[in-house]
Amino acid sequence: MTLTVGSSLAERAERVSAVAAVHADDVDVKGRFPREAVDAMIAERLLSIQIPAALGGEDASLSQIAEVCSLLGQSCSAAAMVFAMHHIKLSSLVSHGAGDAWHSAFMRRVSDEQLLLASATTEGGIGGNLRNSICAIEIEGDTCRLTKDATVISYGAHADAILITSRAHADAASTDQVMTVFTKDQYTLEQTHVWDTLGMRGTCSDGWLFKGEAPKEQILPKPFAEIAAQSMLATSHLLWSAVWYGIAVNAVARAQAFVRAAARKSPGQTPPGALRLAEASNLLQLVKSNTIAGLREYEAAKADPDRLSSMGFAVAMNNVKIASSETILAIINQAMLIVGIMGYKNGTPFSIGRHLRDAHSAQLMISNDRILGNTSNLLLVHKQDTSLIG
Amino acid sequence: MKQKIRDILGKHGGLPVPVETLADDADLYAAGLSSFASVQVMLGIEEAFDVEFPDNLLNRKSFQSVDAITRAVSSLVGNAEAAE
Repeated sequence: MTLTVGSSLAERAERVSAVAAVHADDVDVKGRFPREAVDAMIAERLLSIQIPAALGGEDASLSQIAEVCSLLGQSCSAAAMVFAMHHIKLSSLVSHGAGDAWHSAFMRRVSDEQLLLASATTEGGIGGNLRNSICAIEIEGDTCRLTKDATVISYGAHADAILITSRAHADAASTDQVMTVFTKDQYTLEQTHVWDTLGMRGTCSDGWLFKGEAPKEQILPKPFAEIAAQSMLATSHLLWSAVWYGIAVNAVARAQAFVRAAARKSPGQTPPGALRLAEASNLLQLVKSNTIAGLREYEAAKADPDRLSSMGFAVAMNNVKIASSETILAIINQAMLIVGIMGYKNGTPFSIGRHLRDAHSAQLMISNDRILGNTSNLLLVHKQDTSLIG
Repeated sequence: MKQKIRDILGKHGGLPVPVETLADDADLYAAGLSSFASVQVMLGIEEAFDVEFPDNLLNRKSFQSVDAITRAVSSLVGNAEAAE
């Protein structure tokens, strides 16, 4: 590693963010993979920061990873979301694969080769509930085989490995699932859907028919139900929220630059957008506080599987996601009202259209209605933690 | 108590297999108990035993098996019924 200038994590992330910013509009317009930004992540070795130092990583905490997500989100939502989804997958490996020879060796490979991990949890026919699978993994001798109609695999064509869910065996119930790591040389992808969307266009979340064959030791040793509850659910809601927060931060920064420019032109007069800026700042602080509180709760619960699988923790993480995904839309809308036509128009220093379109994905990636439905079920027995001490 | 719990599981657990086919220590989640159904089972148990689950028992482990549920309920109903 030859990082001469500024090798702190924040400095490395800032450098990647600067690269991502240059290409963000092109990535969005063309709906293409943010190749330059991901290459910069690889050059700065950001894809392995979460992995234990003993396996070549840097033991980064989820809060540190969230900060990188936010910094990237401030320049390119798609690059930030790719980074977030990679680390969500990695969190499952770090939490549930560390004691296992194959998965430990694989984490070492991710560090050494800066491999990009993708996720295939969505399947045609399950109605969006990732805790159900139709496809089943087939085990024969030492080999496992899987065919899955994966209606969404974000950046599937650009990943070096895919972590994919399925039923544990041919007779398993739909909720009796496992997750398996397949490396690029172990699967084929046949495209079934094209990702042409309102926003988050550069995540290239196309649909694929996945066919893979690998040694069976690549199946994660824990049931997916535990993996989902103990690492995936929390890290998804927290890292997504960090990305969304980053998008909102940049929209507010643009609105603030606009107001400041107006203020400088006519000193002594408060520009018309100033009050809205104050409101946007207030909402931005709410999202920040909410995300930080969620991250703290996760760091505190991390070492205790019972706490991670508790209803209270699930409710808290659900609430973080609902609040951040709804509030960023209100913030970016305020920013648009402040800037006006210069924000609505593409290609100005104050353009906010991309932010607004990208932010609209937040309520849909795991539908807020589904999450509220889940929380409302839990609240039939769970009593919310209302202590301010935490 | 176990039979009562099994009855509630059969009624509210939404399991794809009959409860009688599951051993007391069989993993209910592997047998198909969803998180939605596990809450319905909890509600059924709260009603049947006139108890309320405290938050420290509201986790996956407490509802992992018939044995686990029995332990959780026993810790709540007090000595009188547990001694039966």
